[in-house]
Amino acid sequence: MHHFATTGINQRNSRTQELFRLLFMMMTVLLVLPVLIIMVTLIYKGGAIVTLDFLLSNPLDGMTAGGIFPALFGTIGLVTVALLVSVPIGVAAAIYLSEYASDTWLTRLINLAIINLAGVPSIVHALFGVGAFVIFFRFGTSILAASCTLAVMTLPVVIVATRESLQSVPMAFREACWNMGATRWQTIRRIVLPNAISGILTGVILEVSRTAGETAPIMFTGAVFFTPFLPQSVFDQTMALSLHLFVLSTQVPGVSEALPYGVALVLISIVLLMNSASIGFRMYLRGQKKW
Amino acid sequence: MVVADSNVRTLSDPESTWHQRFHSSPMKIEVNDLTIRYGDTTILSGVNLNIRKNEIFGIIGPANSGKTSLLKALNRMDEFTPGMKVTGDIRVNGLDIRHVKNVYGLRRSIGVVFPLPVGLPLTVFENVALAPRLGGMNNRAELNIIVERCLRRAALWDEVKDRLNSLGSLLSGGQQQRLTIARALSQEPDLLMLDEFSIAVDPVTTMRIEDILKELRKEMTIILVTNLVQQARRLADRTAFFLNGECVEIGVTECLFTGQVQDQRTQDYLSGRFG
Amino acid sequence: MDAVEVHRHSFQRNRDWYIDQFVQHLVFLAGISAIVLIIGIFFFITKEGMAFLFGDVSMSEVFGSMFWEPSDEDAPDYGILALIAGTASVSGLAMIVAIPFSLGAAIFIAEFSSGTTREWLKVLIELLAAIPSVVWGFIGLSILNPLIIDLFDVPVGLNVLNAGLILGLMAAPIMTSIAEDALKAVPDRYREAAEAMGATRWQITFRVVLPAAKNGLLGAVLLGVGRGFGETMAVLMATGHSVNIPGSVFDSVRALTATIAAELGETARGSEHYGALFAIGIFLFVITFVINLSADLIVRGVKES
Repeated sequence: MHHFATTGINQRNSRTQELFRLLFMMMTVLLVLPVLIIMVTLIYKGGAIVTLDFLLSNPLDGMTAGGIFPALFGTIGLVTVALLVSVPIGVAAAIYLSEYASDTWLTRLINLAIINLAGVPSIVHALFGVGAFVIFFRFGTSILAASCTLAVMTLPVVIVATRESLQSVPMAFREACWNMGATRWQTIRRIVLPNAISGILTGVILEVSRTAGETAPIMFTGAVFFTPFLPQSVFDQTMALSLHLFVLSTQVPGVSEALPYGVALVLISIVLLMNSASIGFRMYLRGQKKW
Repeated sequence: MVVADSNVRTLSDPESTWHQRFHSSPMKIEVNDLTIRYGDTTILSGVNLNIRKNEIFGIIGPANSGKTSLLKALNRMDEFTPGMKVTGDIRVNGLDIRHVKNVYGLRRSIGVVFPLPVGLPLTVFENVALAPRLGGMNNRAELNIIVERCLRRAALWDEVKDRLNSLGSLLSGGQQQRLTIARALSQEPDLLMLDEFSIAVDPVTTMRIEDILKELRKEMTIILVTNLVQQARRLADRTAFFLNGECVEIGVTECLFTGQVQDQRTQDYLSGRFG
Repeated sequence: MDAVEVHRHSFQRNRDWYIDQFVQHLVFLAGISAIVLIIGIFFFITKEGMAFLFGDVSMSEVFGSMFWEPSDEDAPDYGILALIAGTASVSGLAMIVAIPFSLGAAIFIAEFSSGTTREWLKVLIELLAAIPSVVWGFIGLSILNPLIIDLFDVPVGLNVLNAGLILGLMAAPIMTSIAEDALKAVPDRYREAAEAMGATRWQITFRVVLPAAKNGLLGAVLLGVGRGFGETMAVLMATGHSVNIPGSVFDSVRALTATIAAELGETARGSEHYGALFAIGIFLFVITFVINLSADLIVRGVKES
């Protein structure tokens, strides 16, 4: 009797378990499915117009047709300048936190600041960019101001990724080096950085993908919907893909239906390719054994 | 007494190599009332000892008796170890090491070998060339000489001479330990500290390294922390017995092993009654 | 020659010592940059919004009125009540959508899947988190908008429902990955102990793992809320952008963030309207700061215990 009863409970349990498993799986699928649907829709509706010519030619007919070259060029420029600003500062900050700082109130405060910096809304970053870079530092609305704003916004990404890869280098290597009379910096330069550089690179690629898609921070600091010429210096304004998509889809009448889809497809492709590259690189590194 | 601070690199014989250009100056060490704490835990208390030039000084004792912490203090590694606090004074050739302006110079003059081998994630060649490079040496020909000499002295040359460009961190445990020794020797140390070096090494290699140490003492002072009392007997001129953070006894090794001990605990440890 | 005594080692400071000191100071400056920037952000938006905060418009009017009509030349109104309602309704709906799905997905990934499946799901979730907000906005505008019009037979598809769904999808990946971390942080011995007592997988999940991870899960939800509050472009494009206290999910609304994004370009620096937008910025900064701080404290509480 007793024996049979237990079996009954077990059967019910395993059925419940299977049910829950299915429920959770459904939820996961529903969560992941949109990416696929979005990609398919974008490719279906915008894929046809995305050609090399589309990428490399200028807009026509009051922006309602033609290519996206100036916007693509602008996005690349904005991202490059943003990286030039944020990577040195971010990597240095991570080196300080991982290699020099001990566990003090200041270190805790810095960590708190990093977390909060990552959580500040992008439009607030935009306001900061206007107040600080455009007005106070007199950069004007320019690539420099926009890129600095982007750099501030993505700084936490670089710091966190770099710190993680620095800390993945075993402590024993540092100790061995210090015992040989290497200064902290010599140890960092000769042992820690060379072994963390690929992890740092992963973080930088991730940062590129974040930076390329941002819109709000650059809207009032340096990106414009239309400029007659390509920017000549970092003090010029520029077009950008993300802003281009926003204005095309909300404010310009008479745009051919495929055009915004094409722009969205290009933008999302850049972002997802960069992101996948970063993930792939990370997985490849995990397989490499150096110690 | 001329302290190492008087370094003047004026000799410039073009024929000479790095190691011949400078005189070795084996260290003499005095430790007075040394106490080491980690937070609230006292690891070592009130240790006094003298280590003479060119001596092999053995330190024996069970685990957690503070031997490794003593080595860390000699190297001023306490500054890089969170929570470690050192009081008392340590003099190297008469110079209080707390007054050393460049702690890195002090560490460069002291070679350390850990219980667990650490092959740095560099090539075998670069592992051994690292210390000279840190000192500013970049001449490939001289580096070649130094690397070969150090690897030979560490009894590793024959095994790795054909793969100097493979990763040092992927060698076998025993090879990595000899690589660590070669690296320590490449520092041209005046003091060599070995912390239970034979743990990760096979008996044959251990014997080879022991022979090397007997050679090396002509040029440097050696501190040998060991868990093998017989190893101390084979090598050390004098031996200290540490127990629970206390230096119980220091004596001429042969005397200790022939029963001339002052403390019963030393006798008990040497005869294997605990440990 | 022979008389000169030369030692191999010097304890004097040398070039490397000075370089090390220099680098130490340099990286320290970079290290405190995050603090400097947080203070800088607060300083500069306050600087620009100062005139409005201490100007003619009283704060009781700002927080008490639902009329946001800054362009009215005779009697501009700066009430942000409707904007707060817009942000709250969209974020609220987003959380209703995102919380169950991201917790479910986190449980599935952490407790019910393993190996390659797990890896791939995590990659997909990460990619989902990477989609730029302007693209999400475009999707709301061009895909979800007609879909809502067709499905529910309403005149406008840009409304709380649209933006809430979009925002939910945007917030879900972050919440999923943090919640998954929290579940993974529950020690395996808890699961093993329960298993030894004959509990099944879902019993373990509900009775043991979820209670043990509850702080981390709460932190995940809070971070999702923070993201929802701060999201700009997608909300701007998908809400319909009309000042409204919503009566149903089919009403168009306007969010705090979107208002700044839409109007900052049209205002003159130093004008009352300009100051009002920066004042909204201060409000957003303070709210997200508090949300992120509490999320961090809760999540860290988990790690330390």
